[in-house]
Amino acid sequence: MLFRDDDSGSSFYDFLLSKRPEASARFPHPIPQVQSHAQAPAALPPFPHGTTILAIRYQDGVLMAGDRQATEGFQVSGRRIEKVFKTDDHSTIAIAGAAGPAIELARLFQIELEHYEKLEGDILSCEGKANKLAQMVRGNLPMAFQGLVVIPIFAGYDLKRREGRIFKYDVTGGRYEEIEYYAVGSGGKDARDTMKPLYRRDLTEPQALKIAMEALYNAAEEDVGTGGPDFVRGIYPIAKVITEHGVRDVETPRIAEICTALIENRRERA
Amino acid sequence: MALPYYVSPEQMMADKAEYAKKGIAKGRSIIAMEYADGVLLVADNPSASLHKISEMYDRMAFAGAGKYNEFEMLRKAGIRHADLKGYMYSREDVTAKSLANAYSQTIGTVFSNDPKPLEVEILVVEVGEGEKLNEIYRISFDGSIIDERGVAAIGGKAEALMAYLKNRWSTPSVSLKEALRLSIEALDTITSQKLGADVLEVAVLDRTRPGRTFRRITPTEIGSLLKVS
Repeated sequence: MLFRDDDSGSSFYDFLLSKRPEASARFPHPIPQVQSHAQAPAALPPFPHGTTILAIRYQDGVLMAGDRQATEGFQVSGRRIEKVFKTDDHSTIAIAGAAGPAIELARLFQIELEHYEKLEGDILSCEGKANKLAQMVRGNLPMAFQGLVVIPIFAGYDLKRREGRIFKYDVTGGRYEEIEYYAVGSGGKDARDTMKPLYRRDLTEPQALKIAMEALYNAAEEDVGTGGPDFVRGIYPIAKVITEHGVRDVETPRIAEICTALIENRRERA
Repeated sequence: MALPYYVSPEQMMADKAEYAKKGIAKGRSIIAMEYADGVLLVADNPSASLHKISEMYDRMAFAGAGKYNEFEMLRKAGIRHADLKGYMYSREDVTAKSLANAYSQTIGTVFSNDPKPLEVEILVVEVGEGEKLNEIYRISFDGSIIDERGVAAIGGKAEALMAYLKNRWSTPSVSLKEALRLSIEALDTITSQKLGADVLEVAVLDRTRPGRTFRRITPTEIGSLLKVS
């Protein structure tokens, strides 16, 4: 009966797994390997991938950004997808990898945090949120074996420590804290390499934003999967800042201005 | 073999109803009242951490009177129901009507099947979006469901409160300040004591807020709302 379930704690993810396993992100369960003489795993048809995302710490908290392109093999499958999501008042998640399960993970994680907050009447600690996400990424492991890899970055403002924090994940649900910056996705290495010489402690928000845009621009230049700013259609990377005062979107005109200046700068150098 | 005593269904239901009513009347009251920007919820609750009023979903709140463990169980089940529905379909598909129905079914089934009825009375409140009207559902210990307009009261001396408020509350366009003042005045009169801001649990569903409209009003805020006249 509907309201007489045995208690599944304050986690929506666990509740979903126990009550509606068919609707959860863990589904489908590993497809049985077809015994073939070639021993090659059955290849999935092409599906969209989200590409480059990054997070960088600055003096007020964390800035998170991502490009807008979804790539399917050698094709662009989407030019406007979003990879950075607000998950509650003081946290965001950015996703890279198989776009379908990744966006689903972000949505489920947002509900997870809200669900906990409503049931308990309290907000999870920053660390608690990061750990819960690790369990959810680990839950995706069977799908990762099928090639549906999902890699998020979690950024939150820790209200107790009064500082922004960045957590990166691996496919097994491993959770590692980064204290400066991080980027992942197909252009992740290029983005990290850009941020490395530019990063320093106590960046201001405009400085951090500029570095983030430069990193994404370089990633788009070097990696075919990552989309650069699209001046024709007016599509620019998305950025959010997470501070003590909450999560705020960086306005598109501001991002457009930085991208324009960046390109002007390159043109002069060329 | 000894036969069990025969008790007529009428007698059994009457006994259960009396038992539940007694339990609910022992507690303190909660008021829901429409005001200009949404719905106000005021509970006479001396605890600052054990809530009687809670956020349910984007535009919905829950209030429970009676036995704490019982309405807390219902509250949690309601949140699970709402979040699951919002996840499976869309956030806008979660409605107070469906939630109130689920509550009514559950509470009604317990009332007729279980030896002990639930000693609870609950409110499911939804603030309308744009031009849509607000909805206030009151669900009783036997699963009966009443669609209230304007004001509703549950728990403790709910009937006396309703009688008091029905005469004084006139329009859903009252300000938050006036609505709060009227609610507190009603609670003060019916319980014949002066309730301070620290023993009140107050929250609103504020239609002007985007996304999640539920907001708690702190004792300090209550103080400043009542002071400025």
